[in-house]
Amino acid sequence: MAQKRVLMKGNEVIAEAAIRAGCRNYFGYPITPQTEVMHYMAKKMVQIGGNFVQAESEVSAINMVYGAAAAGARAMTSSSSPGISLKQEGISYIAGAELPAVVVNIVRAGPGLGGILPAQSDYFQAVKGGGHGDYRNIVIAPASVQELYEMTVEAFNLADKYRMLAMIMGDGTLGQMMEPVAFRDEEPIEKIEKPWAAVGRGGRDFHNTVTSIYIDPDDLEAKNKELSEKYAYIQENEVRYEEIGTDDAEVVLVAYSTCSRICKNVIKQAAEMGIKVGMIRPITLWPFPSKIISEVADKPNVKAFLDVELSQGQMVEDVRLAVLGKKPVHFYGRNGGNLPTQKEILDEIIKIREGGNV
Amino acid sequence: MAVVFEPTKGLTSKPFHYCPGCTHGIIHRIIAESMVELGILENTVSVASVGCTYNSYDYFACDAVQAAHGRAPAVATGIKRSLKDKVVFTYQGDGDLASIGTAEIVHAAARGEKITTFFVNNAVYGMTSGQMAPTTLLGQVTTTSPFGRDASYQGYPINVSELISNLTGAVYVERVCLTDYKNIMNAKKAVKKALQIQMAGLGFTMVEFLSTCPTNWGKEPVEAMEWLKEKMIPQYPLGCFKGADIDVNNLAKKEEA
Repeated sequence: MAQKRVLMKGNEVIAEAAIRAGCRNYFGYPITPQTEVMHYMAKKMVQIGGNFVQAESEVSAINMVYGAAAAGARAMTSSSSPGISLKQEGISYIAGAELPAVVVNIVRAGPGLGGILPAQSDYFQAVKGGGHGDYRNIVIAPASVQELYEMTVEAFNLADKYRMLAMIMGDGTLGQMMEPVAFRDEEPIEKIEKPWAAVGRGGRDFHNTVTSIYIDPDDLEAKNKELSEKYAYIQENEVRYEEIGTDDAEVVLVAYSTCSRICKNVIKQAAEMGIKVGMIRPITLWPFPSKIISEVADKPNVKAFLDVELSQGQMVEDVRLAVLGKKPVHFYGRNGGNLPTQKEILDEIIKIREGGNV
Repeated sequence: MAVVFEPTKGLTSKPFHYCPGCTHGIIHRIIAESMVELGILENTVSVASVGCTYNSYDYFACDAVQAAHGRAPAVATGIKRSLKDKVVFTYQGDGDLASIGTAEIVHAAARGEKITTFFVNNAVYGMTSGQMAPTTLLGQVTTTSPFGRDASYQGYPINVSELISNLTGAVYVERVCLTDYKNIMNAKKAVKKALQIQMAGLGFTMVEFLSTCPTNWGKEPVEAMEWLKEKMIPQYPLGCFKGADIDVNNLAKKEEA
């Protein structure tokens, strides 16, 4: 049962959710705009007897996560884009060693030092690899403070279940905004045994090893095939998305997180003008909701797609792969920390209709 | 019949892959024997690093985690913080620790992490075939200092034990070598002392081993041992840089603040 609603900042809710999910190991390094996750942890984690370490770098923070996760503990780090780039080495090792861990990226505009305002320009990095090697991360994109809470808890469960990294991808807007959030009395924590963890042999007559190195090419190929099978299973079973009004929409928007909230208002505004607009909101960016996008592309009422992002067009590549040329896929993006206005998106929709693609 | 010698249970039965004349084997054995003698084999997690000992977990019979290049002290921090009652040690070479991993080792020591680092200094990158390390001696020829290390061009060797011993969080730092029985026994004493201080929760501990690399030095094993004595020890003097006064027979467990 939901308790009373409290007004909290997105970043603080991430931290509170992690603690509620049983995470007792937080390792971080300061960077805007995710700072409040760290501040919250610095106080709360210590008060409840957990571990908070301010690492000397992002590189060290992710390696501390690697160590704690290898020892079987629920562990996390949070950062923003430039810091996430530094963590990619550790993220690849976490994938290779099949360790459960949660990483939060409160995305800011890049490339380079870029700016501190919200962006979605880390999509490629998050879903296509980021670090070296053949691997995937589960990438979840909440769109509200309530979702930040629920999906952070879920990220820990998914990470443990599949022994892999789950990333919460937000942006500066989501991290900094305050919204009411209703906490559950009890979290749906899935307790998963970790007999593989390096915790000291104890009574075992063998020793556990957590490693990502396979010198024999056949062993490494077998490992990669095993990982691929796991990823294929997740692609089948763990896709999350929200679908709005695609049964009679002429134009279907595809947008996630902050962008999807603006798009929801556009849908209402368009309806008032007699234009039927629908939306598919990917909640998991990986696994990507390709199947539903493909099915929607088959609907005769759907004439075109419009992908809206805070980037120069990254997710749109996956939308096009899902649509496979069945319908035109248009793109509208803002960048550098700017958000699109409802009017800008609506104008794009009108342009698409007038352009004869509808 | 009385058993006069048996292999330590701290090592697996897997044969070492190390080159003839390399001292990794000796170091492995004294660490393994120390774990058994201190009764902590079942209670220890080792952290392997990148270099010739990337797979030290194949030999040490304790649980293990393999770390990225230079990151072992950060990985060990994560392990130890979540397993406070366990013994955690890193095993790192000089390329790993003194070059790519300088931030990790300095800050783990500065935080006073209750871990032990076994630092193997052979003045060269071993596994990647003999490149210049931060610890390479002036004048020493390596594959990336083919004309000898020139201070005006490649800078000076780093004395890691001296550096780390300046940090308050490091409570015990000793440099040893393995050139003869006496020194090996002394090295083992240092290993045990470091682990005991960790078990007492006093702070960060490190033992630096001056080690041979006949393959990459281009020397016969005996010749390599002589070179270590003649060339390395003057640059890297043996001795205890921190914690000489800590009496292992009188260690009270430090209560968590």
